[in-house]
Amino acid sequence: MHVPDGFINAPVSATAGVAAVAAVGLGLRGARRELTDERAAPLAGLVAAFVFAVQMLNFPVAAGTSGHLLGGALAAILVGPWTGILCISVVLLMQGVLFADGGLTALGVNITTMGVITVLVSYGIFRGLVKVLPRKRRTVTVSAFVAALVSVPTAAAFFTLLYALGGTTDVPVGKVLTAMVGVHVLIGIGEAAITALTVGAVLAVRPDLVFGARGLSAPLKLRVGGELVDAPVPDTAAVPVAARSTRRFWGVGLLAALALAGVVSLYASTSPDGLEKVAADQGIDKNVREHATADSPLADYSVRGISDSSLSGGLAGVIGVGVTVAVGSGVFWAVRKRRTDAVETADSTGV
Amino acid sequence: MGAGHAHALYRHVDSPVHTLPPHCKLVAVFAFVVVVVSTPREAVWAFAAYAVLLGAVAYVARVPARHVLTRMLVEVPFVAFAVLMPFVAQGEQTKVLGVSLSVSGLWGAFNILAKGTLGVAASVLLASTTELRELLHGLQKLRLPPLLVQIATFMIRYGDVIAGELKRMSIARRSRGFEARGVRHWGVLAKTAGALFIRSYERGERVHLAMVSRGYTGVMPVLEETVATRAQWARVGVLPGAALLVCLTGWVMV
Repeated sequence: MHVPDGFINAPVSATAGVAAVAAVGLGLRGARRELTDERAAPLAGLVAAFVFAVQMLNFPVAAGTSGHLLGGALAAILVGPWTGILCISVVLLMQGVLFADGGLTALGVNITTMGVITVLVSYGIFRGLVKVLPRKRRTVTVSAFVAALVSVPTAAAFFTLLYALGGTTDVPVGKVLTAMVGVHVLIGIGEAAITALTVGAVLAVRPDLVFGARGLSAPLKLRVGGELVDAPVPDTAAVPVAARSTRRFWGVGLLAALALAGVVSLYASTSPDGLEKVAADQGIDKNVREHATADSPLADYSVRGISDSSLSGGLAGVIGVGVTVAVGSGVFWAVRKRRTDAVETADSTGV
Repeated sequence: MGAGHAHALYRHVDSPVHTLPPHCKLVAVFAFVVVVVSTPREAVWAFAAYAVLLGAVAYVARVPARHVLTRMLVEVPFVAFAVLMPFVAQGEQTKVLGVSLSVSGLWGAFNILAKGTLGVAASVLLASTTELRELLHGLQKLRLPPLLVQIATFMIRYGDVIAGELKRMSIARRSRGFEARGVRHWGVLAKTAGALFIRSYERGERVHLAMVSRGYTGVMPVLEETVATRAQWARVGVLPGAALLVCLTGWVMV
């Protein structure tokens, strides 16, 4: 699902870029709460490398095609959602810069689709299920399965949405949706199986490494004189859970909305006609609007016989690039400034 | 590890492109790709001009064409998509060799192929001429948040650890007659992934402790501060500058 350059037009790429920068900014803030000790960054780096490696592990799907894991669900469950977003973003950045996999201008699209959406959807579902189902180890595995299963087609549906808004070709949206979601349901099953089994395997050996299972460890019991007695628990284990519960409220609300959107779009894919119509309407709508705003300034340059939509797309592209640079760097500086301020205050209080 | 810490794409030669500061190169490649993407697709000659520009850079960097071309194969999945496009897109139809194809689909396919290929080629050139450490340093210079740089550093650092572990496990699987053929083998692959995570985590832990005991505090020491001179910026600016000229000409002529 790595989108190359020029596949999605510039305004939508730019918007996705802004969204990705914002998500990474939030991720940087959230990760500081998730990663409490100094081993944190290495663990995140390790998970990033691991997702990178696992993405190379292709598994056969059907009819000769093979899929690879997106890794969003796995990262979110192993290291937590915010760090998960950072991990996937770093993986995608490195793939784009080092291996030319995924276009540089499409980085925002790739991060929002494969990083943010998969992580948020899968972690929302995972948290919800863990809360609802009985508190057992098997619950974590089952929840991981469902979370990963839903996250992949949701990401595919989200990609289709971006395509409908800013695809540079006019393949009908319904066809793209059917193809993308269809293939990714299969890939999702593979992703779910592998995610659940991986989480299960890690849980069996090193349960302390699974972020998603932090609240689930049963209190240690000692057998004193034939009776089970609660062992004295050090307070450290309780801290992350408490910290998490403060932001759980709004987090879960947001995630539930996203997950709902994902599920609804999944549901809708069984009747592509209805959605196709809606999406086509949306697409036409969008074109008309772009056309109206972008056509006039460039009209002087236009030569007879060139369709207006391509012109408007191109001009919108140039404007979009400008907006990306401006807004992107603005958000970036804001985030960075706040970070350095926070670090400075932390340093001064620490010393 | 004995083979040095260069990554698969890097090609070590001494050339003017290799010695440029990494952050300048990153900015130049990004600017180039942005210019390419915002070129109108009707200006077919412009894309040829971009290809010539990249070819010139490859020549100066002494990267052989074979090296670039073989590493551009990552693009193949999307090429497949692009090839299908003229058949499924709607709108005005045209006849080519008796097959009815969509005109906008053909333009779309050309658009994706041209822009995607140029983007991939530019990234391959960047990766071929810049060492990993330098690249990370460049990202740091471009004010990427420190936590991200740290994660990326560790990812690269552990990449070899994990790849080696994966290779050993894959050899062990294959020497026992395993071949992933269908759904029944997902379990084995998943257990591989789980075992891989634990094994590499525990190795990573040891690596990290070793680093900490040698004085690692969260930032890699910078041995030489690279400061880009104005001349270097100017040299780097040649590629995006020329591309921008081509792009503007394309806009005026179309």
